[in-house]
Amino acid sequence: MSVRLKIDDKEVTAYLIGDIDHHTARDMREEIDNCLERNRPRLLNLDFRDVSFMDSSGIGLVMGRYRLMQELDGEVRIYNVSSHIKRVMRLAGLDRLAQINGGKRDECVK
Amino acid sequence: MNVLNEMKLSFPSKSSNESFARVAVSAFIAALDPTIDELADIKTAVSEAVTNSIVHAYKDTIGTIYIHARILDDRKITIKIRDTGCGIGNIKQAMEPMYTTCTTGERAGLGFAVMQSFMDKVRVRSRPFKGTSVTMEKTLTSKEES
Repeated sequence: MSVRLKIDDKEVTAYLIGDIDHHTARDMREEIDNCLERNRPRLLNLDFRDVSFMDSSGIGLVMGRYRLMQELDGEVRIYNVSSHIKRVMRLAGLDRLAQINGGKRDECVK
Repeated sequence: MNVLNEMKLSFPSKSSNESFARVAVSAFIAALDPTIDELADIKTAVSEAVTNSIVHAYKDTIGTIYIHARILDDRKITIKIRDTGCGIGNIKQAMEPMYTTCTTGERAGLGFAVMQSFMDKVRVRSRPFKGTSVTMEKTLTSKEES
């Protein structure tokens, strides 16, 4: 299992688990996209707290979901990224596409 | 420069070997007791180079990927990742950030940008239909400094 999905009313939260590389990103992408297409949320939260490693495949994963959420007229927010993952994201300018939050978001989760 | 230690590795270009490759190189480098950030940088750069060989060099086929890692004097490491795949016609273009031949929109085209940003030096040699080699260098911070 590489993604745990939590579905609220108009909000999907995807907890990504383990290493994100070209090999694992495909399953993550399929699971998230199936969920987005079924639920058509306005907000997708990507939570990186349990991600142990990420290369530029993670950038592709975020950018692809960003595009899909744009089609749904929604937005993407990114949570709990480690300093290393943040460096990879900054390199791609992801901080300009999506809101990146380093801290915990437990307080906003029911 | 003295070679203090080295290792060679070869494996088929299956995507499941991406994690094997970066973990194997990081285990080899671990003898130098790198910082967590240095180890993450090296793992990421190796992952990018190996993924390029899998996705591009051996597109629609399985070939062999070779890794040669060395520990030199003064905490300098070199990692060479080589394939005998399709080669790169225009290396300069291939190394441009966001350049990708992927049409699905799922590859960011940032592989070389990550390698260049996380390693000190990246050298690419390629010949169409012969293959590509990527040689990366990094000098780890000395233990006295940290």
